Amino acid sequence: MLAYIDKIKEISGKLLKDGKVDMVIGFRKGSMPMMNEPCFVREAADVQNLVWDSNCGINLANYLAGRKEKIGIIAKGCDTRNIVTHIVENKIKRDQLTIIGVPCKGMIDRRKVSERFEKEIIEAEEKNGSVIVKSADAEDTLKKEDLLQDNCSICIHRNPVIYDELAADLVEEQKDVDRYADVRKIEAMSAGEKWRYFEDLLAPCIRCYACRNACPLCYCPTCFVDESQPQWVGKTLDPVDSRTFHFLRAYHCAGRCTDCGSCVRACPMGIDVRAFTKKLEKDALDLFGWEAGMSVEERPPLDTFKPDDPEAFIK
Amino acid sequence: MEIIKINKKDWNGGLAKSRKAYRLYGPIRVADKYFSEFGALAEDEVPDMSATDTRLSPKSIAFPPSEVMLEYTLDENSEDCNIMKVPEKEYPHRAIIGIRPYDAAAYLLVKKNFDTSEVRDPYWCDAYDACTFIGLAVQEPSLLDFSTSTNSGPFDESGLDVLLVDAGDSYLAKVITDKGKAYLKAAGWGKEAGKDAAGKIEALKKKAEAKIQSSVSFDNIRQKSVMELFEADFWEDTAFACMNCGTCTYVCPTCWCFDIQDETHGKKGVRLKVWDSCMYPLFTLHTTGHNPRDAKVQRVRQRFMHKLKYFMDKYEDGIMCVGCGRCIRSCPVNIDIRNVCQLMNG
Ligand code: SF4
Ligand code: SF4
Ligand code: SF4
Ligand code: SF4
Repeated sequence: MLAYIDKIKEISGKLLKDGKVDMVIGFRKGSMPMMNEPCFVREAADVQNLVWDSNCGINLANYLAGRKEKIGIIAKGCDTRNIVTHIVENKIKRDQLTIIGVPCKGMIDRRKVSERFEKEIIEAEEKNGSVIVKSADAEDTLKKEDLLQDNCSICIHRNPVIYDELAADLVEEQKDVDRYADVRKIEAMSAGEKWRYFEDLLAPCIRCYACRNACPLCYCPTCFVDESQPQWVGKTLDPVDSRTFHFLRAYHCAGRCTDCGSCVRACPMGIDVRAFTKKLEKDALDLFGWEAGMSVEERPPLDTFKPDDPEAFIK
Repeated sequence: MEIIKINKKDWNGGLAKSRKAYRLYGPIRVADKYFSEFGALAEDEVPDMSATDTRLSPKSIAFPPSEVMLEYTLDENSEDCNIMKVPEKEYPHRAIIGIRPYDAAAYLLVKKNFDTSEVRDPYWCDAYDACTFIGLAVQEPSLLDFSTSTNSGPFDESGLDVLLVDAGDSYLAKVITDKGKAYLKAAGWGKEAGKDAAGKIEALKKKAEAKIQSSVSFDNIRQKSVMELFEADFWEDTAFACMNCGTCTYVCPTCWCFDIQDETHGKKGVRLKVWDSCMYPLFTLHTTGHNPRDAKVQRVRQRFMHKLKYFMDKYEDGIMCVGCGRCIRSCPVNIDIRNVCQLMNG
């Protein structure tokens, strides 16, 4: 994936020079290992600052909603699906966008790297499917595939679903992936076990809402948890309130979530909030044969009605 | 200055002994994880003295994420109906074991806000006064530690009652205050460390300071006018990636903002002090619906202007940051206060 960057710079530079776009949204190098920072570039000369590697997990579609400029956006598979969702939901216009598609091979979960070392990570360099990691007192070469974000290791849409330019040849999609083993495990639990599972999952939550803010779907002008007249949800760490937030947010993402993993990546407490959204994502597939963000022609199942909906679960 | 030598063999025993008079707090290794969190130690729990840092800062010991300030009843049959009452609170002696010097220094910055000549926040102050800070010098600073340039540093004593320095099979405990002395006594540690101890601490301090790789400077920020910085042209670029998640302010040992909330269940209710953040739009929303900091860029600017300019001007002090690096480590999009400080100082 490292090789993509030259092409990305070339395309971005040309788009800016030709005046096709006012800005390109991408990533620039971060100030610590395994981190990059979303950024925009307005001048062709500045495309030199753009980077692309396996630390670009933040979903850039999140930076589009409501923008007025003509935008070039560097987008991996899941980003493009959220761009599609934005277009369908009128958060951005298709003709405002020049999508620079990036066939993706998965993003690194930096926590998985940290977990393997006793001390702080000082440096991590990617090379041919491996990551050479230096910590304060050790060095090791790890296989990238062992370090992927959970959502990336089960991703079946690595290629952009919509694009105007391509940064590289399309990659082979992962086959025979069991996407829902974890959901089935929870489904099989008794009510009491489920309750405990989710209580434990949410116990560390500090209600910062980073998960929500990192999610391209969560663009409501005022989130229900921020309403103050009336106030629906309490502000303390009372489990009732945390639970309310997470359940409601998840339902709000039903049939829209692309499983991009941005929410999990952003959570400072390392909570796997996908445990909620994934169940709904699975239901959308099982009940409506629906995968979010695959086509600008179709509206998500929960905001349409068809007389021939299967509806087997209501009958 | 008195220096006590604590043999590590006597460490757990001393902690146990001190529990008779103190409630202990310290870094606790999170099960199966690579990091620790600060918290109250259970009966038989010992602090994780190997933790470079805790993920959240120890500010919550005096400033919990939510705290009951007042209680009330709406029951008209009660003679206390509609009267706000301060709940009974206890502030037993607490020993904060293994707090890092910059985190203790952060308490002093927060104190400037909660304990002024005009107002005293009783909740924060009472909890703070009950604390004895038994700090642990930073000898292996993290990549993100820039505390030497923020008026703190790896061996900073300003916020501490005792400074522990790891000397291999023992700790050298530098007694800084009477409170600290009392704690050491309660733990039964009293062996004088000998004449060369002070020199040894000084040498280890130099060594630790030399290991710190990053720094900030803010001399020019002091000279610049508020408006010059406020209207600087880099804010749009700086703020772009920010998702206003507030993580940076929640993990920060010096961020002190809170909201006041009433919660009523049936006829009983409480008035709460709850963490809040300048990164949230709701923070500044007026009842009229007007929001003076409606845009993300305004909120990001506020965070940095408060930390790096307003605080400095108001208190005629340094910056409102001790250089722990937590906000950099936890920010999901890698917004780095060191870079912003450099831009502002530029
Ligand atoms: S809920 Fe999480 S995984 Fe789903 S679209 Fe939002 S950020 Fe991505
Ligand atoms: S980001 Fe994590 S800690 Fe913050 S509200 Fe979401 S789940 Fe809770
Ligand atoms: S942690 Fe980062 S993204 Fe979140 S509010 Fe702070 S600067 Fe913005
Ligand atoms: S602003 Fe950042 S580096 Fe400074 S004290 Fe707060 S968390 Fe630490």
